[in-house]
Amino acid sequence: MPRFESTDHLREYRRQLVAKRDPNQTQVMVCAGPGCLPMGSEEVAAAFREEFEKNGLGAKVLLKECGCHGLCAGAVRVLIRPQEITYQHVTPEDVPEIVEKTLKEGQVVDRLVYEDLHSHEKAVHKGEIPFFKGQMPIVLRKLDVIDPTSMDDYLAMGGYRGLRQALLEMKPDEIIDAVDKSGLRGRGGGGFPTGRKWRICQDELEEPKFIICNGDEGDPGAFMDRAVMEGDPHAVLEGMIIGAFAIGASKGYIYVRHEYPLAVRRLQLAIDQAREAGFLGKNILRSGFNFDIQISRGAGAFVCGEETALIHSMEGNIGEPSPRPPYPAQAGLFGKPTVINNVETWANVPEIINMGADWYAGIGTENSKGTKVFSLVGAVNQTGLVEVPMGTTLRQIVYDLGGGIRQDREFKAVQTGGPSGGCIPAQFLDLPVDYDSLQSVGSIMGSGGMIVMDTTSCMVDVARYFINFLYEESCGKCTPCREGLKNLLFILDEIIHGRGTEEQLALMEELCDTMAAASICGLGKSAVNPIRSTIKYFREEYLAHIRDKKCHALVCRPLLKYTIDPETCTGCLACVRECPVGAISGKKKLPQELDQELCVKCGLCYEACQFDAVHIE
Amino acid sequence: MDLPRLETILSRYEGETWDLIPVLQDIQDSYSYLPKDELQVVAERLNVPLTQIYSVATFFKMFSLIPKGKHQIKVCCGTTCHLRGGGRVAESMSHRLGVEVGYTTKDMQFSLETVGCLGSCAQAPVVMIDDRYFGRTTVDKVPKILKLYK
Ligand SMILES: Cc1cc2nc3c(=O)[nH]c(=O)nc-3n(C[C@H](O)[C@H](O)[C@H](O)COP(=O)(O)O)c2cc1C
Ligand code: SF4
Ligand code: SF4
Ligand code: FES
Ligand code: FES
Repeated sequence: MPRFESTDHLREYRRQLVAKRDPNQTQVMVCAGPGCLPMGSEEVAAAFREEFEKNGLGAKVLLKECGCHGLCAGAVRVLIRPQEITYQHVTPEDVPEIVEKTLKEGQVVDRLVYEDLHSHEKAVHKGEIPFFKGQMPIVLRKLDVIDPTSMDDYLAMGGYRGLRQALLEMKPDEIIDAVDKSGLRGRGGGGFPTGRKWRICQDELEEPKFIICNGDEGDPGAFMDRAVMEGDPHAVLEGMIIGAFAIGASKGYIYVRHEYPLAVRRLQLAIDQAREAGFLGKNILRSGFNFDIQISRGAGAFVCGEETALIHSMEGNIGEPSPRPPYPAQAGLFGKPTVINNVETWANVPEIINMGADWYAGIGTENSKGTKVFSLVGAVNQTGLVEVPMGTTLRQIVYDLGGGIRQDREFKAVQTGGPSGGCIPAQFLDLPVDYDSLQSVGSIMGSGGMIVMDTTSCMVDVARYFINFLYEESCGKCTPCREGLKNLLFILDEIIHGRGTEEQLALMEELCDTMAAASICGLGKSAVNPIRSTIKYFREEYLAHIRDKKCHALVCRPLLKYTIDPETCTGCLACVRECPVGAISGKKKLPQELDQELCVKCGLCYEACQFDAVHIE
Repeated sequence: MDLPRLETILSRYEGETWDLIPVLQDIQDSYSYLPKDELQVVAERLNVPLTQIYSVATFFKMFSLIPKGKHQIKVCCGTTCHLRGGGRVAESMSHRLGVEVGYTTKDMQFSLETVGCLGSCAQAPVVMIDDRYFGRTTVDKVPKILKLYK
């Protein structure tokens, strides 16, 4: 990688890079994104390498391990260019056939192709798969094209063009104007207008100024930021450098969640490459601008995703939030003006500069511009990452892209916004998704987790899950949050044990009012959303637990009873081996007995039984 | 105390107060816990009171004041994994290893914990052992997964 001393140099390098590349080059893109890695991406890639070696294809075919291809349900996914053939559920055993048939003979391996669950129609090419129709990839655009460890790949896709333009053709004010005009709002949850935040920071006189990228991605069920950091790390860097130049910052930090070791490695490599190329460091592209980026690893605390807590932990303190104002843009890291934005927010910036503010503002709804990446998970058939224009309806996302509910069960709710969000019932499926509409139904956009639930989920259990999560993660600094969560958890436990009362439901709502009004940070303030939304939309489920002592979804353990059906039990003893308390006994090959007194209702026997002989009621 | 090892870690930093968490992270990664004597040295070098070190060490989940096992098992109990039976996988792990969640087996081979989300929610329930992910885990896959490390 050369050090780029001028824009001409960069332009010439890019031109040569593109000219050198043969558009007909056969490329095998093995997905090594967050959804495919656990299903064996590395083994599949290794099998390809071995097979290329055997067939002497090593020099002809390019193998890339790249970021998320989107439709993670089909892990491990493989995309073959230039034909754009997509294969799913690929295992190392399938690889010799792919090499033989597709790479050598140009045929499609039929059994690895996407098949529509309902129509059974097959789709060979990415563009024909319903999941990808209706999407508009901006942030995810490069994920299945580039090798995230190759800066050349990023440059060949037009990377660092936005930076070049910003640094050499625009004044800081013009950049901020463009971001402002684009209508970009923060993708980390709050939705604060990004341009306005930058302006506040730019107006501060205090020096030095800092930039932070919030890669804490604490919302369980969300993995968009992970996919971007791992799959297109340079886009995050480019956005940050542009932002730093606009507000006049000299140092940037990327705060990455402790659970994302690969993201740390990919970002570090990208930073090293960008330094070598002269996009980071002194006198960037000879513009006179100096800026560098460093990674800061999280240490495992949800509340540190909150900007003030994050800053405190970067200063070496415990991650307790502090009241705002002052906002970080006024007094942030080490008391200096600091712009903190989410990963996806930063990744949008180069595109806005490249394509223009008007283009971006032309996408989306009145008050929410551009696209949003969602991690669509839970009870849908097609789980994965989707990027849609703001204003796409929930129904389009869940049914058209997500392919509907697994096993044709009934849709119950979609949960957005992580622990700070709410559960949205079926009556709002036609809601166009944007910041304001989600808020109007008692949830929030949040960072982009979208967890679909069907009739096997109990909404009381879901509420308890989030409250328990927040109870454990609350920093305990302020009383309404600390004590409120404790009491909410206590009440929910009573209800789940069949000891709840209807008065307690009212009490929960009262607790919510206090917490929303008096907590210091968003964790406590919005902890009320899971409670309020479930009580409002799923009151009858609470009442079933309270009045009838029943959990119809068969989730709340204390209200369940496990039995073994002597007719179907084969005496295989699979359940006996699983039971942690020795509650199941009997002779081999004879029906087993389950001792209700000993049973702790863990359900392990139910899952272990291959003959459906364990019943729940 | 293994002073050279600690010195290698400290030499990566400038010795400022705000280096505290990265230093503790490196110690945790290298020692699998935060040994008392080492923390004493860190306190002196970074000029941070020992009480602050302990408050930081107990606030963040990645730090442990007692040694952890050779392999770190993280069972995801994030929202998606919770809904898809992550809790049962954790229970099965705990039962098979004979260790409570949050603790380390007597032979120091495995530390078992549950975590918020591992970021592979499309393959829930997810388990991570050291740096490797396992997707779509179920109770009956648990013995097979554990066997890889025994
Ligand atoms: C409890 C809590 C957790 C948060 N976690 C995250 C997170 O994981 N990632 C993130 O980008 N923002 C998170 N935020 C929002 C940040 O405080 C902040 O608003 C955001 O990083 C600003 O960037 P944006 O304007 O680009 O969204 C969290 C907020 C709260 C209250
Ligand atoms: S609202 Fe909760 S998490 Fe936020 S500062 Fe208060 S106690 Fe801490
Ligand atoms: S539910 Fe759990 S405790 Fe009860 S019998 Fe089955 S395995 Fe044993
Ligand atoms: S990670 Fe492979 S498709 Fe999402
Ligand atoms: S909820 Fe388990 S990986 Fe995200």
